[in-house]
Amino acid sequence: MADPVDLGLWAVPLAILGGAIRVSTPFLFVSLGECLTERSGRINLGLEGTLILGAVSGYAMSYHSGSALVGVLCAALVGGIFGMLHGWLCSFKGVNDIAIGISMMILGMGLAFYFGKAYIQPTAPRLPAIPFGGWSDIPQLRAALQVNVLFLLGGALAVFLAWMLKNTRVGLTIRVVGDSTDAARALAIRPNRVRLWATSAGGALAGIGGAYLSLYYPGSWNEGISSGQGLMAVALVIFARWNPINCFWAALLFGGAGALGPALQSVGITEGYYLFYAAPYVLTLGILIATSSTERAVTGAPGELSITK
Amino acid sequence: MTRIAALSRRRFLQSSAAAVGASVALPAGLRPAHAAGKLTVGFIYVGPKDDFGYNQSHAEGAAALKAIAGVTVVEEENVPESNDVVNTMESMINFDGAGLVFPTSFGYYDPFIKETAPKYGKVRFEHCGGLWQKGDPQNAGSYFGYIGMGQYLNGIVAGHMTKTRKIGFVAAKPIPQVLNNINSFLLGARAVDPAITCQVIFTGEWSLAVKEAEATNALADQGADVITCHVDGPKVVVETAAARGAYVCGYHADQSSLAPEKYLTGAEWNWAKVYTDMVTAQMAGETIPNFVRGGLAEGFIKMSPLGPAVTEAARAQFEATKAEILKGGFAVIKGPLKDNKGNVIATEGQAFPEDDVALESMNYLVDGVLGSTS
Repeated sequence: MADPVDLGLWAVPLAILGGAIRVSTPFLFVSLGECLTERSGRINLGLEGTLILGAVSGYAMSYHSGSALVGVLCAALVGGIFGMLHGWLCSFKGVNDIAIGISMMILGMGLAFYFGKAYIQPTAPRLPAIPFGGWSDIPQLRAALQVNVLFLLGGALAVFLAWMLKNTRVGLTIRVVGDSTDAARALAIRPNRVRLWATSAGGALAGIGGAYLSLYYPGSWNEGISSGQGLMAVALVIFARWNPINCFWAALLFGGAGALGPALQSVGITEGYYLFYAAPYVLTLGILIATSSTERAVTGAPGELSITK
Repeated sequence: MTRIAALSRRRFLQSSAAAVGASVALPAGLRPAHAAGKLTVGFIYVGPKDDFGYNQSHAEGAAALKAIAGVTVVEEENVPESNDVVNTMESMINFDGAGLVFPTSFGYYDPFIKETAPKYGKVRFEHCGGLWQKGDPQNAGSYFGYIGMGQYLNGIVAGHMTKTRKIGFVAAKPIPQVLNNINSFLLGARAVDPAITCQVIFTGEWSLAVKEAEATNALADQGADVITCHVDGPKVVVETAAARGAYVCGYHADQSSLAPEKYLTGAEWNWAKVYTDMVTAQMAGETIPNFVRGGLAEGFIKMSPLGPAVTEAARAQFEATKAEILKGGFAVIKGPLKDNKGNVIATEGQAFPEDDVALESMNYLVDGVLGSTS
């Protein structure tokens, strides 16, 4: 370990940068998954359960196969199956997607805790990081710029999803289904089938987010691994106005805000850390109020999204 | 109307018969709830029982009880420090027939155990970490170990191994036991080099994996090169610190397998001995004292074996201090000592030995600790 440089107050922005890169990835994947699902006109509140299930299945497969990549793929598969189950249950008439989502969340957590018992102790191979800070002499900066492949993949995926939704036939189909079931039927599109795949793909992304938690940062499996990140990410989608690119920025913001509390304590601003820990939530409230309007409804919301369906 | 009258008369007859029976069979009302030679013991954990930490240390103690003939162990994990623990205790007592319960988390005691114990006079409630005081239920008790001594020994090794003269502590909540550990860790290091400081970061919760990792990274960014912690499951802190190239001192249980090169030593609980003693006493019809404490000498705590990186000088001072502590009555908090706000904690010649109850209401961080209790 090279001797660290005394950074003084510069440690705070550096920690926020590092935190944004380290902590944001699960937020990013879950919110992208949820964004895709909601654009097809369905809400999947169960992604917290999918995230945790992805974390444990990824960790378990990485442990058994000896390859973290296999773990990530397995987490995506499990998440996809779980999403598909949600999509299938919701395809029945009169089934409320919110209620199903909540029960899927609790089911996912229960399954994860049950199967996860055996994996709290073992140490599984982790995902590697790419060092982007080699140009710098400051060890703290080099540590902050250890970037995981999944983070880069998430960023690219955000751009891809935005492009796909806007410019491709698949994207158009998803948007039509999301905005009007009747219009979709008139175009000979089967809305339930589209939503099934959109929910499944969303679940797969949430599963990958879970694998990041257990296989990279913080990089171990235990029952408290998520602390509600899956739920927060679902809220992030509304915050990001159903736009994948905005999801990326919102995830970065939340990751960075989460690093604020420890960083401030480390530079000696130690009073009131409970307040600093509430920073991400205060920030959300502030931004929602600032961007709200009394004249128009929430812009960007898919027309078929409803909590009373 | 007649039905209600009939019911209440039957109820009345039942309860008066029970009262007569009880007054005959149990003259002093002190007979234990279990049949002779058999005892069901309930363990309640706030997290998973294989967390490499606090809960695991207790679960290892519970596992040791299974070797005693006639003892049945029932366990429940992930019980929040809320009314949930009352439900768990009552179900262990009413359905499993537990005669002795160990609700192990700090927040279970007040008000949950204090309110539940009087309702079940024949059941013994033993709480880890609380401070039983006169006026608390007689069938409740608190036990704890002087684990701060272990953190003092951690600090001595840390003091030898640090190059930056800055060591770090990831802490959950600013309660007396945690503060005592932080202070002891620093004072151990200062016994080696009085210029050392200790940066503390509170996460606010007993188990928050991401925040613990962030806190560890923030400590490493500030140049802390030996890190320890007081959270429920030290796995994340140990692995993150080692990945950043810092040395680690363990806590609660042995975490050396998580960072074989970087692990220096660790302060561990030895509940197997404590629980075996308590259960044996209760089965022999003795009453467990309401207030039980012990340290290294009494076998309540132990140290992890020293890791491969520990230098000879560190080993020598570690062993010498450990021998001193084993004699009993060792004082880490002794004068002249100020807290980190400049208030006098102990004047010249004043000392608080390990068994001083005043240490259990500690509400300060000593001079040299960078951090604040609120």
